[in-house]
Amino acid sequence: MSVTVPVGTEPGVPDRTRRVPAHDAPPEDPRQRRRNLLGRLDVKVSPYLYISPFFLVFAVVGLFPLIYTAYVSVHDWHLIGGQGEFVGVQNYLDVVQQPRFMTALRNTFSIFLLSSVPQVIAAIVIAAVLDANLRAKTFWRMGVLLPYVVAPVAVALIFSRLFADQAGMINSLLGTVGIGPIRWHADPLSSHVAIATMVNFRWTGYNALIFLAAMQAIPRDLYEASVIDGASRVRQFFSVTVPLLRPTVIFVVITSTIGGLQIFDEPRMFDQLGQGGADRQWMTVTMFLYELGWGAQKSFGRAAAVAWILFLIIVVIGLINFAITRRIASTAQPGSESRRRSRAAARSAARNIEKGGLR
Amino acid sequence: MSSVPMIAQTAGRGAARAAARKRNLGGAGVNRRPGWITYTLLGLVLAISAYPIYYAFLLASSDSATIAQNPVPSLIPGPNLFDNIGRVISSDIKFWEAVGNSIIVAVVTSVSVVFFATLAGFAFAKLRFRGRRPLLVFIIATMAVPAQLGIVPLFIVMSKLEWTGKLVAVIVPGLVTAFGVFWMSQYLEEALPYELIEAARVDGCSMIRTFWHVAIPAARPAAAMLALFTFVGSWTSFFWPFIVLGSTNPTLPVALQLLQASYFKDYALIMAGVVAATIPLILLFAVAGRQLVSGIMQGAVKG
Repeated sequence: MSVTVPVGTEPGVPDRTRRVPAHDAPPEDPRQRRRNLLGRLDVKVSPYLYISPFFLVFAVVGLFPLIYTAYVSVHDWHLIGGQGEFVGVQNYLDVVQQPRFMTALRNTFSIFLLSSVPQVIAAIVIAAVLDANLRAKTFWRMGVLLPYVVAPVAVALIFSRLFADQAGMINSLLGTVGIGPIRWHADPLSSHVAIATMVNFRWTGYNALIFLAAMQAIPRDLYEASVIDGASRVRQFFSVTVPLLRPTVIFVVITSTIGGLQIFDEPRMFDQLGQGGADRQWMTVTMFLYELGWGAQKSFGRAAAVAWILFLIIVVIGLINFAITRRIASTAQPGSESRRRSRAAARSAARNIEKGGLR
Repeated sequence: MSSVPMIAQTAGRGAARAAARKRNLGGAGVNRRPGWITYTLLGLVLAISAYPIYYAFLLASSDSATIAQNPVPSLIPGPNLFDNIGRVISSDIKFWEAVGNSIIVAVVTSVSVVFFATLAGFAFAKLRFRGRRPLLVFIIATMAVPAQLGIVPLFIVMSKLEWTGKLVAVIVPGLVTAFGVFWMSQYLEEALPYELIEAARVDGCSMIRTFWHVAIPAARPAAAMLALFTFVGSWTSFFWPFIVLGSTNPTLPVALQLLQASYFKDYALIMAGVVAATIPLILLFAVAGRQLVSGIMQGAVKG
């Protein structure tokens, strides 16, 4: 005699139920039957119970606000007065026709490009330097990550002082080599460079570690083969490392697009007024959103319209990224598939060796 | 014994370890130690990483007159650090309140994110239920959604609930993260063997006891990393606390913004605020930086 104990585990694995002798109670005992029923209910319901906290909170603070933004954006809606009339696309028209919107868009893209492109290049170079048989490896890795624990607000306060137009350290150092004082706050492009520097300071090391991990997953025999073929270290870097890093580069670019286009903290703190400069020369889209909703206009309708526009921009850029990625992937060398497979094999082999060594 | 690799069986464990080391460490295919150029480059990178933080410390230990005279501060700190931090504490930015608020928010969200992420991650990694795969895909997709763009309705909700200016308005949106669920399910997939779950079930554990006694101990290393990242993220976050809390009940970044807005000429004071707000995380980094590094590197290989 036996009862079946269901074990809620991975589907596809054959015979995940186990037969256990039930010597303590015959199945016709109602207590036992109830316990079985409860047990089965436990198995059926528990998974949903365990994932429900995430979905509940996400529905309320993530999904609902995003969708409701669209609703708010087609209404007159005041910070204090609350919901007004339905106005259709009027908020969108109001926003797009404000010259500041175009300024904000320009600034956001400019800061984004100035921060993402140099950052990815610098991070790959730093990762290549870290990917060596270093002494005190952990020390150097921690060293590049240090800026990550400084809050963006603090970073912005430090750098807005370093980049001060008058009596700032960077202008003073540039002065000693004969480069005349740069108006870091007054000039649009200079201010974008300064703000992008803050972003780069905080994130380059973080991304370098991501690239380092990807580099270490490249099988070493590829390098050995390239050495036999007579490749120099520089040639190795460009012909082996960089091509195999492509998926990681795409991952980093996509995540930094999502974050970078919403940038707020650093430009908000670049001066004490927080409006993005006298001519809004470094005001970003998110700062514009804040100004519409919580600044002088107090128009939630317009702020929501900006949020929705920015969301669409991010989606479009994400799709463009995706398309470019697909294009690159399909034009890649025919050997890339087997190479990827060999890399995965090498990685799991290395992991097995490591585990065996530790055991 | 079949899981012990061949080399360990034939040549002993030490040889296996040495071989593994050789295979894992070789820099760009060459096993020799790198030369001084590499270390010089790294030293430069390290200087660029550390100098701005040291610069804040130098200004925080100086005074306004000295700062105005020397755009490039002397590398030796001045004597006024504690004076300046004292002035931050007695200024009207509610410094201690901000410290307390930051600690409460960071601790509560870290604990909650780790708990709920482990719970959901356990279900996704090891339990069988209808809709498992699409729901996991949905969670991964939400990681790409810029949640910051929902702030207008979120603010409306918070004002309806009369939560504006209260910490709960910052805590509740941070209770769970999609990244956390994804991270824990990835980890538990590999780290928690089915045999352990089955053993617990056969021994008569209910699902929740199985989770408590089997999944949580297995999840500990990844949970610690997730807690660290959540803590750092919460401590440094500005946009939403700035909007919903305002100056009445600030967290530390919001207090720093107030400090800058009201004392913008007094750089010694502002930098003292920066130093005071950053020291806790620098200490955390000194203790747990190693875990942050390996967390980022593991996430990179999997993600």
